[in-house]
Amino acid sequence: MFEEVGTTTEGDLIINLGPQHPATHGVLHLVITLNGEIIKKVEPHLGYIHRSIEKMTESLSYRQFIYVTSRMDYLSAHINNHACALCVEKALQLEVPQRAQYIRVIMDELTRIASHELWWGAMAMDLGAFTPFFHAFREREKINEIMEETCGARLTMNYMVPGGVMVDLHPDFQKKVKAFIQQYKAKIHEYDELVTGNIIFQNRMKGIGYLSAEDAISYGCTGPVARGSGVASDIRKIAPYDVYDKVEFDEVLQTEGDSFARYMIRIQEMHQSIKIIGQLIDTIPDGNFQAKTKAVIKLPKGEFYQRVETARGELGVYIVSEGAAQPYRIKYRSPGFSNLSALDHMVRGHKIGDLIAAMGTLDLVIPDIDR
Amino acid sequence: MQALTNRAKEVDRRQMTFLESIYLWNIFKGMIVTFKHLFKKRPTIQYPEQQRTFSPVFRGLHVLNRDEEGRERCTACGLCAVACPAEAITMEAAERLPGEENLYREEKYAARYEINMLRCIFCGLCEEACPKDAIYLSETFAPANYNRRGFVYGKQDLLIPNPKTEAPELAKAKGIH
Ligand code: SF4
Ligand code: SF4
Repeated sequence: MFEEVGTTTEGDLIINLGPQHPATHGVLHLVITLNGEIIKKVEPHLGYIHRSIEKMTESLSYRQFIYVTSRMDYLSAHINNHACALCVEKALQLEVPQRAQYIRVIMDELTRIASHELWWGAMAMDLGAFTPFFHAFREREKINEIMEETCGARLTMNYMVPGGVMVDLHPDFQKKVKAFIQQYKAKIHEYDELVTGNIIFQNRMKGIGYLSAEDAISYGCTGPVARGSGVASDIRKIAPYDVYDKVEFDEVLQTEGDSFARYMIRIQEMHQSIKIIGQLIDTIPDGNFQAKTKAVIKLPKGEFYQRVETARGELGVYIVSEGAAQPYRIKYRSPGFSNLSALDHMVRGHKIGDLIAAMGTLDLVIPDIDR
Repeated sequence: MQALTNRAKEVDRRQMTFLESIYLWNIFKGMIVTFKHLFKKRPTIQYPEQQRTFSPVFRGLHVLNRDEEGRERCTACGLCAVACPAEAITMEAAERLPGEENLYREEKYAARYEINMLRCIFCGLCEEACPKDAIYLSETFAPANYNRRGFVYGKQDLLIPNPKTEAPELAKAKGIH
């Protein structure tokens, strides 16, 4: 299975990148075949952070299993919870109160900003720029504080439950979010000045890691990776859930398909997220934040599927129910796995430094790829 | 290439102007952004000397409650252990003997009550499940210890100080000086 580190018969060099390497953002192990400095093949090896979440879920109730999903894509914890809650609600045909729907969408978009922030800082650090990392974390911290006040935790929020949200909003929530948006609009220009407009950065990004629209589709890429290649794949537009059909926002698309396109997509998505939050924050309706559910939730017999747009792409939750209080089988379709599979195709023929740049724009979260 | 949708918002992707494409100018612009921050308010706080406050919903380490008379509220019903997705709670029930009414509120109490803080995922389901308001997630966090056994919190770690007999300790634990 594992190739030996060393040289092949053709004189190619095989090296390991990871599993402990700062540029792989976790325990991703890449086996790279090199000819000189030119990449011939990249083979990702997974399994270092496999926690068997899908199997574990089979012994958890429909209330409990949502809490484990925060640990999958930990940067989009809210959105994972949201997907699971939506799937259970779909099966129960439960009507979620308007207030809860608004809160959920606002939280999702805040999460998306926070996630893209972290990606921005980490990617710039991969390329050797250290300052952006601090800038990104400073802004992300503000979002974390807002979330912590309402949800009770900073990273694994577990805020969304079947039927609504766990607790009502903190009284200061609206005020703080509005203040954040105001200040964030100014900050985002700083990002452009620091990184986007930099010629070195652009030279390292443009034309690197090209992925055509056809390849993006055949590899099953979703999210910013697919949109960077011109494939419209935003679930918020295709199959709107909660109040996404009521808000106005654009699906950002680029057709170049290179690393810079993916970079710009995410920067623009932050603007769009701000736009969505701005539309909703003043009009959160009063009422219940949670619909009444039974103490023990039992889903009817059948199969249920729900997909949402996380910060990385399409997350699908597939529940097979036998009518019991626990799911018979759960499958998650994680965006990171498909996006990672395109990496080999993207970087063949590039230099090894470009691999890091291209991988940075895939925005990989390893626990999401490997559950 | 054409995008595969008509809903797209295209992104400005013009060529750099000559000025922008000179390396030094961009370095200079980036430096300005960085140096401006020298004169801004520092966003960091000096932990642990300085501590932030948390909202009441914060999910930190657990406490076991007592009622106003200092009796333990927990009746060892086991609902929290059932609700726990991480199977972090274990307990042993015991019958209250005559003469122990001042110690335990209900006829049954938890003789042993342990939470494994290494297993716990701080979800708060135990707090939600408890019918007696006995268990709460407090606003303290960051436990530290030398061995794994030390993270299994027993009753002596979890119970809040008795408001009758240990009032000063309770006030201190609540942060009132
Ligand atoms: S907070 Fe959650 S994981 Fe921790 S003991 Fe309570 S129910 Fe179990
Ligand atoms: S803490 Fe509450 S739920 Fe748990 S055993 Fe005691 S009374 Fe029951």
